Amino acid sequence: MARANDIKYLSTQRVEKRQKKYCRFKKLGIKYIDYKDADFLKKFLNEQGKLLPRRITGTSLKYQRKLGHAVKKARQMAILPYVTDLLK
Amino acid sequence: MATHLQDYEMMVIFTPVLADEDFKNAQKKFISLIKENGGKIVHENAWGLRSLAYPIQKKTTGLYYVVEFQAPTDLNAKIEIQLNRDEHVMRHMITHLDKFAVAYNERKRNAPAKGKEAKSENEAAVGAVSES
Repeated sequence: MARANDIKYLSTQRVEKRQKKYCRFKKLGIKYIDYKDADFLKKFLNEQGKLLPRRITGTSLKYQRKLGHAVKKARQMAILPYVTDLLK
Repeated sequence: MATHLQDYEMMVIFTPVLADEDFKNAQKKFISLIKENGGKIVHENAWGLRSLAYPIQKKTTGLYYVVEFQAPTDLNAKIEIQLNRDEHVMRHMITHLDKFAVAYNERKRNAPAKGKEAKSENEAAVGAVSES
């Protein structure tokens, strides 16, 4: 089987090396996520105002949870919208 | 009496129909309520008129007011009664602050013209100007 695989690609395959994602809260040492700071929270939302998943932003679980809480607080206080189009 | 004080932050949205004086009186009312019941005001910040992300009670703007205070744990219930009773209050929220939040708020206060913290402050000011 191994032989067959080797023959399959005569030239070396080009694999794009993507930069590894990182948690920006850990990297920058942000310990508290402020619900009053709408501009900052918007970085983690999509255009409809939904929270982006961890697999896209690379945020660690601990801070993703805190981020969720902060976004929900901001929505309650009408700092961020619950639903929209074209947030950005 | 409870001696241990907790850190809290209260955010209130008043109706935009309030005049400047009424807005200040409303602020004073809640501040004195905190002080009378053994709380301490750490910092108060009136954002003023800001547009809301969605309409509340058919209004698109609101007067924002944020207070950071220390209080015994039984105070919040009393404040909330008053907040619910006050018809000028459109929405309110009291948040418990952990030690990182207290540090963050203090840093933000001492260095308001730096980085991302400053941006939201500026935006609030710009929003207030354009609305009025």
